[in-house]
Amino acid sequence: MAEIKLDSLTKTYGPTQVLYHVHADIEDGEFVVIVGPSGCGKSTLLRMIAGLESITTGEVSIGDKVVNGLEPADRDIAMVFQNYALYPHMSVRQNMAYGLKIRKQPKAEIERRVQEAADILEIGQYLDRKPRQLSGGQRQRVAMGRAIVRDPQVFLFDEPLSNLDAKLRVQMRLEIRKLQKRLGVTSIFVTHDQVEAMTLGDRLMVLNAGYVEQFGTPIELYDRPATIFVAGFIGSPAMNFLPATAANGTVTLGNGVSLPGADGVSGPVTFGIRPEHLVPDDTGPIRVCVQLFEALGANTLLHGVLEGTETAVVVSLPGHVTLEPGETRSFSAPPAAQHLFDSDSGARIEP
Amino acid sequence: MVENRPFVTILAHLVLIFGVALVALPVWITFVGASHDGARMLQAPIPMWPGDQFFVNLRQTFLGNGLDGTRTAPVWMMMFNSLVMAMMIAVGKIAISLLSAYAIVYFKFPFRMGVFWMIFITLMLPVEVRILPTFEVIADLGMLNSYWGLTVPLIASATATFMFRQVFLTIPDEMLESARIDGAGPMRFFWDILLPLSRTNIAALFVILFIYGWNQYLWPLLITTDANMMTIVVSIKQMLEASEQTPQWNIIMMTALLAMVPPIIVVIAMQRLFVKGLTETDK
Amino acid sequence: MLKRVHFPPSLLPYLLVAPQVIITVVFFIWPASQAVYQSFLVEDAFGLSTEFVWFENFTYLWNSRQYLDTFGRTIYFSAAVAFLSMSFALILAGFADRVIRGSTIYRTLLIWPYAVAPVLAGALWLFMFNPTLGIIPFMLDNVGYDWNHYLNGNQAMCLVIIAAAWKQVAYNFLFYLAAMQSIPKSIIEAAAIDGAGPFRRFATVIFPLISPTTFFLLVVNAVYAFFETFGIIHAVTQGGPANATTTLVYKVYNDGFIGLDLGGSAAQSVILMILVIAMTVVQFRFIEKRVQY
Repeated sequence: MAEIKLDSLTKTYGPTQVLYHVHADIEDGEFVVIVGPSGCGKSTLLRMIAGLESITTGEVSIGDKVVNGLEPADRDIAMVFQNYALYPHMSVRQNMAYGLKIRKQPKAEIERRVQEAADILEIGQYLDRKPRQLSGGQRQRVAMGRAIVRDPQVFLFDEPLSNLDAKLRVQMRLEIRKLQKRLGVTSIFVTHDQVEAMTLGDRLMVLNAGYVEQFGTPIELYDRPATIFVAGFIGSPAMNFLPATAANGTVTLGNGVSLPGADGVSGPVTFGIRPEHLVPDDTGPIRVCVQLFEALGANTLLHGVLEGTETAVVVSLPGHVTLEPGETRSFSAPPAAQHLFDSDSGARIEP
Repeated sequence: MVENRPFVTILAHLVLIFGVALVALPVWITFVGASHDGARMLQAPIPMWPGDQFFVNLRQTFLGNGLDGTRTAPVWMMMFNSLVMAMMIAVGKIAISLLSAYAIVYFKFPFRMGVFWMIFITLMLPVEVRILPTFEVIADLGMLNSYWGLTVPLIASATATFMFRQVFLTIPDEMLESARIDGAGPMRFFWDILLPLSRTNIAALFVILFIYGWNQYLWPLLITTDANMMTIVVSIKQMLEASEQTPQWNIIMMTALLAMVPPIIVVIAMQRLFVKGLTETDK
Repeated sequence: MLKRVHFPPSLLPYLLVAPQVIITVVFFIWPASQAVYQSFLVEDAFGLSTEFVWFENFTYLWNSRQYLDTFGRTIYFSAAVAFLSMSFALILAGFADRVIRGSTIYRTLLIWPYAVAPVLAGALWLFMFNPTLGIIPFMLDNVGYDWNHYLNGNQAMCLVIIAAAWKQVAYNFLFYLAAMQSIPKSIIEAAAIDGAGPFRRFATVIFPLISPTTFFLLVVNAVYAFFETFGIIHAVTQGGPANATTTLVYKVYNDGFIGLDLGGSAAQSVILMILVIAMTVVQFRFIEKRVQY
């Protein structure tokens, strides 16, 4: 068990910088998800913590120890890879035992720990099979088993669910969460899937182009996104962004409609509102021309444009609603659900 | 088959059977030649059907001192020499190619590319184009008439190195990362992970290299002057020369048969590996 | 080219490449550079003194009728071997691709000559063509054709070409069959629906699609005929009669080991090296193409 400290980590490959001064204090037993689009540097960051990638500047500490100079094997970590990286020529049992064998654990101890891990993951009956004889979900479990059998201080997960089909992914997601809570091992999980990130993490680190956009709990990220990027990345369907101008405590949208806004802000801003926060209101200020709609059963998604503009707007309406393309609907936006961002920097403007 | 044309199918079988017969004809003649007594093999036309002397000839050839009037060693000894040479070449080539491919793919070290290109150059220097100077090197090192002299100059191999490099490159990076997290050092990773994962490629290459080694001709011809070091493939030429004075075609044919049977058995028994080896090394 | 993760720097990689590098330097690079060096030398008849003569050995070869003839003969020999064995293999592979049942049996029956050493292939055919005993001269005699490759240069050439091509059929067959079997069935079916019969399909669809293999085999067969047929020629004709079957490699051997003309033999080696380099470059540029295909 250990806390992890990332102190001003940077990474450059030749002339290209892929990570900029990443700071994080991860508590003992915490489950942190690093999320971001592909190419944002999240896997690189994880691999730097694992010791598979060199650290350009900054420090990684696990427990109280700076591990920059340590080999991966000496960092007391275990990693689950995207393609599982099971040794194809070894049985499940041998796969799980390999790391312990190298560490010269006694045979009986290895046997006991493999059995224990197999019981936890319910893969006891596959122990003598080869990885190719297992289904994707079973391989995933073996990969997990290989990690927990070592009883490490830290689990690192590198998009371990992305090779599974959608249904299995949801199931494994829950199992990983349960397992992590049960074992209480500090974990870092990398994914590009924001739903996975929201459901798994105690805290989320949103990475974009090498910068940490925000590091906080899922609800913080949802309620108070620090940047336009986070606002657009977290939540599905994505937040609506409407170009607007702020002056004298009001925000004026592109079609001239004004809404009460923040004091002390003036100039061009971006007005953000989540599709599920627009409330149908015949007298509401936000009028949307319907282009098409998607009936999803539990809710209906309206796709349209803000009246008088070309700005796309999506509204999530509860239940079944029948809409006519071409008609105009009115909505109001509760002040608590409104977000304002600086148009240039993308930073959140607190009301 | 796309459509049903019995005529074309029958034609195909006829052509193929004719082709197989044509390809097999020289070996059939050899087999027939090896099954008659020496006197019968001097009367034209030679027989087309096997005689009853096969085992007599086999015994005489295998254990005897080759032809009358030549100074060859017994055939069994030459076959043994061929076997040792083929095994040393195959195992040696595989071993040094595995090691250098491993270094080139999994380590970053100064001169890595230099080593790579140096190995590449060997592709362009077949023994045939550097016969004399290589012979001089072997002579200077005192390696004439030795198994080492027969094999070591032939075991550097660009093709085998490139093949293993290709194999290693297709092994996912995560294998190494996972092994490193498991605490495996470089040699441990090589033994525990890399070698088992390359097993079929090694076997396939072995089949090709065994044939290559067994069939060496020019190099053993130069290096071995001692009859006891001669390989069976080289001895054929000696026998053909001798046959100009005293033809003993039954013995020559039997020797030829014995010289080609081991590699042919290897090809047929390990056909799958053979095809894999041939197509993957791309020569 | 390289894994994204490596082992930390150490001496180990040098130890790993050491055997290969040492053998390469001692038995490949050093002798090859010796060959280059010697190609600039002329040794007197008694081997007592050597003289550095720059490109004299090369200009001598360039002006030597005999060498140029050997060059032309080698090209003719290679072309004949490649054409004969490739066309024979192509026909067989075309038919073998067509038969569903038995195509692996035919493959087994056709690939084993690959395992026969060139010198043995030479010995086998030499016996078949033996002027007094051989089965083929006997048959030719019946139709009034006199065969004696010990006297007739063209016949000797013919014999070594047949022996060399025979051995190579297996290799060509294997690659042609593999190439044909990798053509998607749907393409052949589409051609059949378009109304193309089996022979037309072969000529207009299959053969063009396997053209990369044809090109690859051309290079491989040329290299084979240039360098690996030494055993056949040495066993069957010793380059004779009257040099009618002397190829470049045979001449290097003959001038160097029998004639003891060090400089001349070395210069010929250097020319062969240049040829191999050219062929290797062609082969490698081509293999890249084949990967895409």
